[in-house]
Amino acid sequence: MKLINKKNMLGFLAVILTYAIAGFLIDKGFIDSYIFLNIVLIGINIILAVSLNLITGFTGQFSLGHAAFMSIGAYTSGILTAKLGLPFWVGILGAALLAAVAGIIIGIPTLRLKGDYLAIATLGFGEIVKIIGLNTDYIGGATGLNDIPRYTTWTWLYFCVVVTVLLISNFIKSYKGRACISIGEDEIAAEAMGVNTTYYKVLAFTLGSFFAGIAGALYANYFYFIKPDSFGFMKSIDILVIVVFGGMASIKGSILGAVLLSLISLFLQGIPELRMVVYAVILFLIMVYRPQGIIGKGEFKLFKKRGGLNANNQSK
Amino acid sequence: MEQLIQQLVNGVSLGSIYALIALGYTMVYGIINLINFAHGDIYMIGAYIGFALTTFLHLGFFPALILSMLLTSMLGMVIEKVAYKPIRKSTRIAALITAISVSLFLEYGMMYFVKPETRTFPEVLPNKQISIFNTSAVLDIKNIYILVVTITLMLILQYVIYKTKVGKAMRAVSLDSDAAQLMGIDINKTISYTFAIGSALAGAAGVLVGSYYNSINPLMGVVPGLKAFVAAVIGGIGVIPGAVLGGFFLGFTETLVSAFGGSLYKDAVAFAVLILVLLIKPKGLLGRNIREKV
Repeated sequence: MKLINKKNMLGFLAVILTYAIAGFLIDKGFIDSYIFLNIVLIGINIILAVSLNLITGFTGQFSLGHAAFMSIGAYTSGILTAKLGLPFWVGILGAALLAAVAGIIIGIPTLRLKGDYLAIATLGFGEIVKIIGLNTDYIGGATGLNDIPRYTTWTWLYFCVVVTVLLISNFIKSYKGRACISIGEDEIAAEAMGVNTTYYKVLAFTLGSFFAGIAGALYANYFYFIKPDSFGFMKSIDILVIVVFGGMASIKGSILGAVLLSLISLFLQGIPELRMVVYAVILFLIMVYRPQGIIGKGEFKLFKKRGGLNANNQSK
Repeated sequence: MEQLIQQLVNGVSLGSIYALIALGYTMVYGIINLINFAHGDIYMIGAYIGFALTTFLHLGFFPALILSMLLTSMLGMVIEKVAYKPIRKSTRIAALITAISVSLFLEYGMMYFVKPETRTFPEVLPNKQISIFNTSAVLDIKNIYILVVTITLMLILQYVIYKTKVGKAMRAVSLDSDAAQLMGIDINKTISYTFAIGSALAGAAGVLVGSYYNSINPLMGVVPGLKAFVAAVIGGIGVIPGAVLGGFFLGFTETLVSAFGGSLYKDAVAFAVLILVLLIKPKGLLGRNIREKV
């Protein structure tokens, strides 16, 4: 397949145009800091959801510890930029690499576990990272790490989101990506076909952690301030909810899910006392009435070809 | 040495509480393969019911305990009927998120009704301390109450599961629900009973903790819920003696870590033990290994 074809060029143009228009609106003050804050949150959620989708949606490995990799990234970038005064790109790169190394270290032993047991082990790992963060004085302990320079701009955010989405969606179309998908479909069958399941599971896990680290760096360098409690069990659940809500094994679903859920939680801020109750009810209704997510498994096409049964209709 | 004895006494109480909550987790998992994240919140609601009964109705410890167990068992059945029945056939991940949504609903719904502040549980147990072997380590009467209540409840549970028809049905459904159904067992009823029994145990744990530590709040169930779940997994989830073993094991580990000066890291140690156990024996200490089938 040629790299330069009509579809790719159109996509490229759309990406550049979105960037330019939004950049213009921010420069001219049409998008105020409050809206931009929410755009940053949406962007970070997109990176987190897409990277978790690679682990949970495509490769089928239940992870309840994704926020831990984000926190490793956030703290790494925080230390590199605030304490050592290094530029932002070093922060992002360091965050991503350290999170990926953590992913390898955690992935190799725990990915032997399956299903619920893996979920529990990753949950435990997430809590351990949080507790270590709470008790390390160098990074501020429970009071958190302060005075991180604000480097996250629209350019950095947009660049990171686009790179994450592009790399992961190209990865799953590659030879290695197909191996990961085969594990997600049926691990035993994949193994029988000669797929080195351990290798590909760890690979997917490491890649996912790498991008979670980037999301952490963006987060830390936007909010000036991070504390270990922000990256607890609930944050991991939030990311998982986005993935499931958008649709497992669907990149577009994850993006749409991140946008929609961020908007939902934005609107719920109007009713602070009942916010979590309503959120819980929404989650419940989604799981009961649309457990396959808004898009469902597989990629969603804007203009569907006619004919052929929709898989979602079949299952009902 | 004295501190060690003291910590062991505390370990027994903490372990009993974990074991009581872990039993509910393990029973529910054994029967419908669902990690019931809302279980820790049922424990919290049990504590609040105990609080209301002793503060406003001035009931004694035992009537409050029994009433609270009855009410939480009803709550457990309602939760199962409303929330878990519709998702029984859906994927694991959807079931997991549903359980989390129920948990959030109970926590924050409760917070809305009773306000987030910490409440003081009335002194319903005699406050007497006995020194052990003439050392400075003391045994609180409350510790004995907790242990006696826990053991009594476990004996009753043992009787229900192995000697009654309901228990037989539960064991059958957890072994093979399709075959159980063919044998004429009403699956829905059995699942309801399981939730009722598990929730009653959690409710009892809530009242015990309330009267032991004298303070309750709407988020008190989150951490013990997770820990009890860890205990259930360490013992082998789905295996009833495993939950008790795991509960006491975790209680002792935590208090010993605190005794040796690592109290800040006690939660981390609990999770580290969990990961270690899972890596060495993936089905838990007492779990059976099931062969992989295609």
